[in-house]
Amino acid sequence: MKETKPLLSVRNLRTSFFQDEGTTKAVDGASFDVAPGKTLAIVGESGCGKSVTAQSILRIVDRPGRIVDGEIVLTRADGSQTDLVKLEANGAEMRSIRGGEIGLVFQEPMTSFSPVHTIGAQLMEAIRLHNDVSKQEARRRGIEALRSVGIPKPERRIDEYSFELSGGLRQRAMIAVALSCDPRLLIADEPTTALDVTTQAQILDLLRALQRERGMAIMLITHNLGVVAEMADDVVVMYLGRVVERGSVDAIFHDPKHPYTKALLQSIPSIQSVPKEKLPTISGSIPHPFNRPKGCPFHPRCVSAMPGRCDAADPSLREIGEGRQASCFLYS
Amino acid sequence: MTPTPVTQLEKSALLEVKGLKKYFPIRRGFLQKTVGQVKAVDDVSFHVKRGETLSLVGESGCGKTTTSRCILRALTPTSGQILLSDNGEVLDVAMVPKTRLRSLRRQMQMIFQDPFSSLNPRMTLLDIVGEPLLVHGVGNAQERTDRVVEMLRLVGLRPEYMRRYPHAFSGGQRQRIGIARALALNPRLVVADEPVSALDVSVQAQILNLLLELQDRLGLTYLFVAHDLSVVKHISERVAVMYVGRIVETAPTEALFASPRHPYTEALLSAVPKPDPRLRSDRIVLQGEVADPANTPSGCHFHPRCRYAQAICREKAPALEEVSSNHFVSCHRARELTLRGVQSGAT
Repeated sequence: MKETKPLLSVRNLRTSFFQDEGTTKAVDGASFDVAPGKTLAIVGESGCGKSVTAQSILRIVDRPGRIVDGEIVLTRADGSQTDLVKLEANGAEMRSIRGGEIGLVFQEPMTSFSPVHTIGAQLMEAIRLHNDVSKQEARRRGIEALRSVGIPKPERRIDEYSFELSGGLRQRAMIAVALSCDPRLLIADEPTTALDVTTQAQILDLLRALQRERGMAIMLITHNLGVVAEMADDVVVMYLGRVVERGSVDAIFHDPKHPYTKALLQSIPSIQSVPKEKLPTISGSIPHPFNRPKGCPFHPRCVSAMPGRCDAADPSLREIGEGRQASCFLYS
Repeated sequence: MTPTPVTQLEKSALLEVKGLKKYFPIRRGFLQKTVGQVKAVDDVSFHVKRGETLSLVGESGCGKTTTSRCILRALTPTSGQILLSDNGEVLDVAMVPKTRLRSLRRQMQMIFQDPFSSLNPRMTLLDIVGEPLLVHGVGNAQERTDRVVEMLRLVGLRPEYMRRYPHAFSGGQRQRIGIARALALNPRLVVADEPVSALDVSVQAQILNLLLELQDRLGLTYLFVAHDLSVVKHISERVAVMYVGRIVETAPTEALFASPRHPYTEALLSAVPKPDPRLRSDRIVLQGEVADPANTPSGCHFHPRCRYAQAICREKAPALEEVSSNHFVSCHRARELTLRGVQSGAT
């Protein structure tokens, strides 16, 4: 299984935000790999650190946040390895990776485009930043990129502004920008959350088709377990900045190990559930980042919490089977 | 001042909407001339029975929120009737004079989508939950406080918290505050517009369970507006699917999900990602986009995206017809098509 080098390997990543009120450990020791050509989904609820993880990989964490520890190793096209944490966040090398080898799709297609520049101008800017081409060539490639994401009449759309496009088309344009430089890894942060279900289905289909064509890896960040089940090969479940469980998509959905994963899967209303039946719930709510519980961050809400153990020490992420990892004292 | 006499409601119905239309004018130029109309709600009819939950589902821009706002008279409908049974008397909400609206709204309350912007940050829980009582002149200060305590207990919040401000509470707790406020006046109809879509998954289930429990205990009638079909399936007895201002299908929940009769419902159900990787299905992916309500297609609004469309669909708008017991569909081909649904209880 593990012969091929992972495209991206994140080890013990810690990103904290240093504020006057205290330090928020947004990501607190996350480790995972993204295999080339595969889709890794990072699932979790708000505040679990999934978006900050993506920002850390791209080195665009906003101040007062910074990466405190860990490494993010990217395997380059020539086989060499680069630790992104060691690079200057705004240095030439990081700038060429960001948007070049690693593309990014944001959640809000409305706010991620500039309203005062045309789609074409923004698309061509990305192309010319990473490739030494003329304006005409960039425009030609831009039209091609828009066509490849299924935007009708790309010759005309390229001169329109983002507000002239519908939500679905805007998200397609966003994907076109991210793909214009042929990334080997596409980070998609909640790419369909703001879209309607039928549009969501279109975008998910598009991402899958593009992945098949280009063989790129996708790191999909979402809270929607349905989207994960449809798209992912491997899944990382996060809770309060920590990876609580890792495994293949089938293992996570059909044989979850960590109590949080189990509870999360049971508590979602499914389209296949029986109407008017009570749902099992997770008691309590996600703690505020300043009041992180001691020990395992999930223990106050956990049904299997062992007093004296889970509230005292912090379980580390350990191997619990073939390609499976969980951080829970039940499996140590 | 007497409300216009209207036809009698069915005994079991609390609310009946007949031929509701809401058009918004598009104005242009210096003189603000009306150059067109957005037909947000275009001839919608349905009823809600006492004690049941009816869900309005559809994608953004389908008119589900506009419909719910007309029912509360937050918007005045362009035409149509909204009949509400009020202690044996039937009122047409669409026609009630403004002066009588306040007493009418005692009967109907609303739960909002965003628990962060729907609570005033400068008011304590006591003020927030007590405000509807104050507005309607219910009781004295002590009685109102007692009622607030009762309401907070009902929704699972500790009454000791009533002097705190909303910022001290999490999203799920805030949604409970919103529910307590909506129920303070003992309304009969509760309109809930996307009440769980802003919440985390683990908290969604808590709020859905609370809504179900309160309905049981207080005999509430819900009009539930949502886009998430999984949530809708979980909470409702009947579902009405809307597309570009019209109802395309309405049926009891089980029937609608297991055997949809309208091609749009079929596509909508198939587009929902199922939380099981073994069910990666051959989804029906609709081509194109939702039609613009300012410039609607001829005939059936869905025909440009429908894979079963025929010539007649372009020419004539289908009427809502009963194809089986309580199952209404507006599709020319409803009786001949066999469409794919979603099985319940499948694991």
